[in-house]
Amino acid sequence: MADITVGVVVFPGSNCDHDTEYAVANTKGFKPVMLWHNDHDLQGAKAILLPGGFSYGDYLRAGAIARFSPIMKEVIEFANKGFPVLGICNGFQVLLESGLLEGALSRNRDKKFLCCQTCIRTVNRSTIFTSLYKQDEVLRIPIAHGEGNYFAPPEVLESLEEHNRIVFRYSDAEGRVTDETNPNGSLLNIAGIVNRQGNVLGLMPHPERASEKSLGSEDGRRMFESLYMYLAAL
Amino acid sequence: MAYTAKIKVTLRQSILDVQGKAVEHALKNLGYQTVESARIGKYIEVIINEEEMALAERIGNEICQKLLSNPVMENYSLELEKIN
Repeated sequence: MADITVGVVVFPGSNCDHDTEYAVANTKGFKPVMLWHNDHDLQGAKAILLPGGFSYGDYLRAGAIARFSPIMKEVIEFANKGFPVLGICNGFQVLLESGLLEGALSRNRDKKFLCCQTCIRTVNRSTIFTSLYKQDEVLRIPIAHGEGNYFAPPEVLESLEEHNRIVFRYSDAEGRVTDETNPNGSLLNIAGIVNRQGNVLGLMPHPERASEKSLGSEDGRRMFESLYMYLAAL
Repeated sequence: MAYTAKIKVTLRQSILDVQGKAVEHALKNLGYQTVESARIGKYIEVIINEEEMALAERIGNEICQKLLSNPVMENYSLELEKIN
């Protein structure tokens, strides 16, 4: 079987695009293709990844301007047709700004830009991005953001909980989810959520930075492999 | 005819304003004990080339809702001023 093409969108100011490309290339059966923000062609990609960084310098609000990049028209159509889209860090911010996911990310509650290893608990392993994790498995995946404080109105939080759409929550190494294990003030310790259809996932931690042993953790790797399992079975 | 749209974007009261908090603490440290709080927002000026004020206002509101503010966590106010 030929390798499955996975698109990595490059916005001006993306800085994890090549790390993400590397993680995709390192996933057996995947072939990355870089998609320039100014294009309209997804080049046959079967999944789209929005990488981390500072698209448009985070001007106005993180992700606000990238959301109107030419290629986002195709990405939004692609997502609405049910194809997989994964947004990491700034990519998550872009997904929220575009309305593909609900809520918003504001400044970390302790005012600091945080760049550190975190533990996240996999509270939903039934998504196409998390099928290779165990239910409630704790993953060591780093974060690097200044605006990762997840906020949503109460009705959205209720819907997220009711439909099991919270995928990752900040925890300690034993999987305890408490205020002490919450690095940025996110409501319900939310680190990642999925849309209703289950094909769009956004998360603040960087799975591509935890995709092999030499990086200190390879817990992020199975996110890409889960996606492969899903696409290969189609 | 043109109008200047003077737009203020502020964080909703329910959202923690960490920049505002830092400024508030700095003001208190400077001895301004009567300062109760500080909140930081954005001020944006957009010049709109339209003949009719109503149309300029409609565009002003549209751009605020579409791009300049995020209704999930921000409010905006819009004021139009005719440019002579």
